[in-house]
Amino acid sequence: MSSIHAPRRRRRLGRLERPAIAGVLVREITNFGSFWRATTFSSTVEPTLYLLAFGFGFGALVSRVNGLDYVDFVGTGTVATAVLFSSVFPSMFGTFVKYQFQHTYDAILAAPVDTEEIVTAEALWISTRAGTYGCVPLLVAIVFGLDPRPDMLLVPFVAFVSGFGWACFGIMIAGLLKSIDNFNYVTSTVITPTFLVAGTFFPLSELPKWAQVLGNVNPLHHTVELVRHAAFGWEGLVDLAHLGALVLFALIMWRFAIRALTRKLIT
Amino acid sequence: MPELAIRLRSIVKHYGEIVAVDGLDLDVPEGTCVGLLGPNGAGKSTTMKMLTAQVIADEGELEVLGYTLPQESKVARAECGVVPQLDNLDTTLTVEQNLRVFAHLYRLGRGERKDAIERSLQIANLTDRRDAKVDELSGGMRRRLLISRALVHRPRLLLLDEPTVGLDPQVRQELWALIDALRSEGTSILMSTHYIEEAQRLADTVTIMSHGRAVAHGRPSELIVRHAGREVLEVYGPPARLAEVEAGALADGVRTRRTGTSVALMGIENRDGELPEGERRPANLEDVFVLLTGEEIA
Repeated sequence: MSSIHAPRRRRRLGRLERPAIAGVLVREITNFGSFWRATTFSSTVEPTLYLLAFGFGFGALVSRVNGLDYVDFVGTGTVATAVLFSSVFPSMFGTFVKYQFQHTYDAILAAPVDTEEIVTAEALWISTRAGTYGCVPLLVAIVFGLDPRPDMLLVPFVAFVSGFGWACFGIMIAGLLKSIDNFNYVTSTVITPTFLVAGTFFPLSELPKWAQVLGNVNPLHHTVELVRHAAFGWEGLVDLAHLGALVLFALIMWRFAIRALTRKLIT
Repeated sequence: MPELAIRLRSIVKHYGEIVAVDGLDLDVPEGTCVGLLGPNGAGKSTTMKMLTAQVIADEGELEVLGYTLPQESKVARAECGVVPQLDNLDTTLTVEQNLRVFAHLYRLGRGERKDAIERSLQIANLTDRRDAKVDELSGGMRRRLLISRALVHRPRLLLLDEPTVGLDPQVRQELWALIDALRSEGTSILMSTHYIEEAQRLADTVTIMSHGRAVAHGRPSELIVRHAGREVLEVYGPPARLAEVEAGALADGVRTRRTGTSVALMGIENRDGELPEGERRPANLEDVFVLLTGEEIA
């Protein structure tokens, strides 16, 4: 028995503790067990459809782009699409549903876990999934004739870093917006342009100058470039810059997500 | 000085213009069950959320199990169990999976988890439903699971926010037995409720909250004698008659309480003068509640 004057243990737990992050991950992974089939189905089928529709639809009109077979160009590009879709949507909707409808965060915050640890664990888990599902279009492209290279083994890592940033972006949006209906604004103004102007389906070099500039600040464009270079040959410092941009995006979004969700959860 | 599981002093919490908690003092001595009783909007839920640092007080001192909040909240939370008002179980998971997740969140070691989960299953009386999805459970079973989930790490302090709200009377009694058993094992309990009977049966002491303040504190029996006396006279009649009785009582310095169909005159045991016709009954905690908060029980 301890008295009010003499607590029996160390008085403060640290930040970003491994057991807290592990606890939240256990919850996420256990829950994933009940819906992984549906998620895996859509994450596999969707990019494959994009690849087939664009690859063979446009591919009939344009056979080569930037010196690549169009199917290979799109096959590597849609890795980024898969990463975006499998990270930003689950995090936006998942976070909001857990907050608003399931009251999950009330349960977790009652345990020795802080918002910073919740955000970190959830983003880690979603980006792990994005890193995995991101490889699907590449595998499909290989089936359709893309030459496998050992450097492609780095694609899951690129997809993970990019997925972490997008997962945090989604958590931040869920933290900032008051209604799930407002997500439509974000989808139309941020996610769809991001997805279209990333160099996935056509090279940015064909666009007007201002769109090229915008494309260069698009984290998804950096993802596309890194995946293509893993498949067709690295470009040295350029790729380091691409990776640096992705890491920076992930770090900034991580802090913003923590801030937005903390404001929502702690009053 | 008794050891306190919870100590709140002059706590204030504003939400914009609204003052949710307005100078609240509250003590929960270790090993006792304190009932936090008050009408909706009195600040009970805000107070409960402060104890886990989900709400941060604007002013005042707050200690839980000897730790100063909000700075040391994380350590305090490791030793508390919380049963929320709103069911936040993971509904697509099984009973056992829900408990396992919490065994991890509360940092039980690999070797402790299995026993802890079995013990919680027994407390919830759900051992034979361990593989059932939460979706398939009845309301009472879900609430038992919610309580046993909060006990998976053997907390020293249990925070119960309206533990039986919305449940059938028989399920409520089942949960009362469960909570009573915990109290007799020495777990400190703070329970917010707006059910008078719940507070009267389970709480060693009761703090009545109104408009963000503690307006009374003590054992239920003491509170009754202090505020409502021993006996109450319930006078029935048409509205005009009731108004007349109230006016007469006011003139005599007798406290009254209006219900829909009657006026209750408090503390009449020592009055030998003229009293109106009516039914005598013992005073109860509900009388105190209504007198002090000015609100009828829903």
